[in-house]
Amino acid sequence: MKKEEVPQDESYLSKANVSEINYAVDKDGNYTKVSSSGWKTKTIALDESLQVLEERLQETRKKIKTGDLSPIAYFMELHKMDIPILASYAGLCKWRVKRHLKPKHFKKLSNKTLRKYAKVFEVDLTELKNPNL
Amino acid sequence: MKIDFEHQQSAHCENGVVSNLLRHQGFSLSEPMVFGIGSGLFFTYLPFIKVNFAPAFSFRPMPGSIFKKVSKRLGFKIKHHKFSSEEKAQKVLDTEIAKNNPVGLQVGVYNLTYFPEEYRFHFNAHNLVVFGKENENYSISDPVMPTVTTLSERELEKVRFAKGAFAPKGHIYYPTDLPQNFPLEKAIKKGIRQTCNQMLAPVPLIGYKAMRKVAKNIRKWPKKIGLKKTNHYLGQLVRMQEEIGTGGGGFRFIYGAFLQEAAEVLKNPKLHELSKEITEIGDLWRDFAVDASRLYKNRSNQTDAYNKLADKLDGIAQREKEFYMKLKKAID
Repeated sequence: MKKEEVPQDESYLSKANVSEINYAVDKDGNYTKVSSSGWKTKTIALDESLQVLEERLQETRKKIKTGDLSPIAYFMELHKMDIPILASYAGLCKWRVKRHLKPKHFKKLSNKTLRKYAKVFEVDLTELKNPNL
Repeated sequence: MKIDFEHQQSAHCENGVVSNLLRHQGFSLSEPMVFGIGSGLFFTYLPFIKVNFAPAFSFRPMPGSIFKKVSKRLGFKIKHHKFSSEEKAQKVLDTEIAKNNPVGLQVGVYNLTYFPEEYRFHFNAHNLVVFGKENENYSISDPVMPTVTTLSERELEKVRFAKGAFAPKGHIYYPTDLPQNFPLEKAIKKGIRQTCNQMLAPVPLIGYKAMRKVAKNIRKWPKKIGLKKTNHYLGQLVRMQEEIGTGGGGFRFIYGAFLQEAAEVLKNPKLHELSKEITEIGDLWRDFAVDASRLYKNRSNQTDAYNKLADKLDGIAQREKEFYMKLKKAID
């Protein structure tokens, strides 16, 4: 990549006033560090992946309303987590977290276990039980 | 107190931390040098491991491996601490700062407050340097950021004790026992040799063969898993190839810069030629990313378009294979 080819597109980085380093060759063929504000090809890829997360969150919202999933599932998706990550944060084993995603098991949870989740998601027990979808 | 620490922005966090910490100790080693000596150039495809609902692709080796190899090849040691208690982790950090010793820290990205929201995923192998503490705020030199920044005690504790894969557990590290002189020439050759061996590995999921495997799967995906998933997989590949940290073109341009520096140190003009060649290969990767992004943006449903993309990747794999064979010969 030549120095003048380093893309300077608008990106989530540039919106946050951040730039990143690219390596490119100058007119004498020597490598140099060049600051880049972003590249639209990358933004398209990032948007695609954020959209997948957003779709999952929407789907989860629906399933909570229909009573197919517990609020834990909503907070998990909201925090871009999956079951292993959530289990690790809550200090519970994966199969238990998996069970707690079902409303049937969620209803029976003790306050002690609920507090573990509440701490991870930084909400109180009332909000944990009745999330603002 | 604040240690007099020179922050230099780099492309990749691990190289950047190593380069900045070594410079502080009086050894000027550029980011590309760290990357090349540490055999940072890599490619692997792990279809059975899912990251963010897509297969794992990686253009770099396991986190920490670059630093480990650099220290071994240049003959210094790295002191590591990991903790089970948050209080102890902070105490050790504060003690090192008080001793005027800037330290590297492994952290999770998800709660890193100065990162743009869109970049905050559960990725736990990010690296930064802490070089001071004033009024309960830590001075942070994050090598991928243009300037230094700060984090509060609470904010730093959160990222040091992020959970999930590669949980940092408060990991602190810094170089010790630095020698008078680095065996630079030997280290460069070792780094290059290992890169060539890895990229030419006779196994299907590492090196140029893994690229061929991805190309083969790109041809199959549209029929097998549908266009939506195919596009998501391609998006993942592009992000791994280009996102902050790679310096562009899946680290190929950083490697080009390394070969240029290595050519001077080893007085080997062949490496200059090979630097040009890896630059061309990096440009091919960029073209590949552009074509892939067009596919998922326009939601093209022609299998022909996916086959063309796969052809392109096959072409890159072939170029890379020839490149590593030449590179291996060039340093013998």
